[in-house]
Amino acid sequence: MPASFVPSATDYLRFLPEIIMIAIGALIMLLEPLLGGNKKDSLSGLTVLGFIVALVAAIMANGMPGTSFSNMLIVDGFGTFFRVLVIGVGILTVLSSAQYLKREHAASAEYYALLLFSVTGQCVMATANELIMIFIGLEISSIATYILAGYLRDDKRNNEAALKYFLLGSFATAFLLYGIAWIYGTTGTTNLMDIRAYLLTPGVQRNMVLAGTAAALMFVGFAFKVSAAPFQVWAPDVYQGAPAPVTLFMSAGPKAAAFAVFLRVFMTAFEPITSRWEPFVWSSALLTMVIGNFAALSQTNIKRLLAYSSIAHAGYVMVAIASHSQIGVAAAMFYLAAYALMNVGAFAVITHFSRQGEKFLEVEDLAGLGWKQPVTAALFTIFLLSLIGVPLTGGFFGKFYIFKAALDANLIWLSVLGLLNSAVAAYYYLRIIVVMYMHEPGDSTVTLQPLGAGIAATLWATALGTLILGIYPSLILNFATSSSVLAK
Amino acid sequence: MTALIFFLFAGIAVFCGISLVAQTHPIASALSLIGVMGSLAILYLQLGGEFIAAAQMIVYAGAIMVLFVFVIMLLNAGAEGTSLRVSAFAKYLGMFLLVAFLGLISFIIQAMLPRTEGVVFGAFKGGTTADVGMKLFTVYLLPFEVTSVLILIAILGAIVLARKEI
Repeated sequence: MPASFVPSATDYLRFLPEIIMIAIGALIMLLEPLLGGNKKDSLSGLTVLGFIVALVAAIMANGMPGTSFSNMLIVDGFGTFFRVLVIGVGILTVLSSAQYLKREHAASAEYYALLLFSVTGQCVMATANELIMIFIGLEISSIATYILAGYLRDDKRNNEAALKYFLLGSFATAFLLYGIAWIYGTTGTTNLMDIRAYLLTPGVQRNMVLAGTAAALMFVGFAFKVSAAPFQVWAPDVYQGAPAPVTLFMSAGPKAAAFAVFLRVFMTAFEPITSRWEPFVWSSALLTMVIGNFAALSQTNIKRLLAYSSIAHAGYVMVAIASHSQIGVAAAMFYLAAYALMNVGAFAVITHFSRQGEKFLEVEDLAGLGWKQPVTAALFTIFLLSLIGVPLTGGFFGKFYIFKAALDANLIWLSVLGLLNSAVAAYYYLRIIVVMYMHEPGDSTVTLQPLGAGIAATLWATALGTLILGIYPSLILNFATSSSVLAK
Repeated sequence: MTALIFFLFAGIAVFCGISLVAQTHPIASALSLIGVMGSLAILYLQLGGEFIAAAQMIVYAGAIMVLFVFVIMLLNAGAEGTSLRVSAFAKYLGMFLLVAFLGLISFIIQAMLPRTEGVVFGAFKGGTTADVGMKLFTVYLLPFEVTSVLILIAILGAIVLARKEI
């Protein structure tokens, strides 16, 4: 008989954020039929409450780091950082969704339940210490997001986005799963630390090719999820077609969680074979930056433009991974936090601006926004400047730390090409600012309603966060640096 | 004897796998898939995975395939036409690449795996239902429980995408 069938209390406390979100998600589904038609607004409040309690639980869990449930999970600074990040993205998504759903006559409990479950999956990914947990977390997060992408069923664009995302996503997951099977066949374990220990054992040199093949297959799976080239083709179509608040969520939450597992798997389990995967990550990083930035130059649809920009930003994070050092991990963590803030803010502006049926999505539609709604335009400008990487914004320090890590790791060419790329990027972001301030207002801007409370809260919170990261980067960076030492 | 059974059912599995893709009628494809599942179950049994073999038969060859066939008949799907426009060049290039890829993989496995680590029939003893159950409720308790959330999402998604009004 094994020691005990009942996990200890600490095991549960380390898994508490997920338990809370699952419970609230189930509660919301039970409550919906009991609530009257016009009381459904309270569901978004309950969702935010659930997220906040989970956030507190995640921070408390950080007070007792360690593994739980027979090494399935590991609570450490790294995991907590990403838990807090994805839960934060969840809160901002709910705040910017409530008004949108009402506008599209689609307010319902399932939306919030799916959002809670998706974030649960991302939290599982952030703290997973086992390939099986990573796989299940990834599937929970992805499947919930596939459904959310097609949530407004009567809109053709939604259907297209959901179907493309689902088919290509399942295909990529199959690669990941095949890679897991290979690594299990080679090492006899799926635990990240045990895989590392096996690969470090002297005399297993002959199995390195097998482990390398497994790493390559898993790389395909992860690269798809973070939309890194050459597996980025789905991103523009899906980001463009999905409902605006879902795009906001997709471009920040699932992406950050996918990068978390990417970093954890490649920096712990596959660290002994770094020399084999580094060239691939190197070339993928470069390709991602180039494709993202140059394709964005010619876009006229703003959601599509930001989708390509999001691809380019994934490229910068890949640069940090290619530098495979502790500073690189810390830089990637900082960048993902800064990126989540500015990107959520930018998509919240689009959610507000697009109006019912998402009619206004062209860059030209924004003409004169700076005169019609100076506050919205000013906040949008902050996000765009941060996406460029202008000093005093979080985006600047994000890029700074990433390229510093790359230079420390002697990736000089990659840094030079990356910096040139971010100069190219300035063009398409500045174009939006020019349209907002220097073009005459058209129909699209004149008929704009004032900001709703939820979206206003999101915009102020993210703008403030972006500026704080740009002025006191050490607030986040110190925590990121201290938690960039992954348990091995 | 074991080797003979292995090659027999491995051959059937590969044959049915090819037939699954090559058939034009969906029902014929589904039946080929049952052939793949069944012969895989025999292979699992040979390797000592009793529980997996039974689950393979009951869940895949039984439940899931019945659902497949049911849906195909419900949709009344006929044989697909030959309108699939694939150029001959792409077809042959694809075949060549597939063969090259499979050859490479088998070469890697052949060259890298020392013979001593190869599979021996009957060497594995941990495949009974009791063994699997013990693992599932102790070491792998968390993944087992969290999978239920995954299934819940699948149900939720089906309802969201299929009901009358949003």
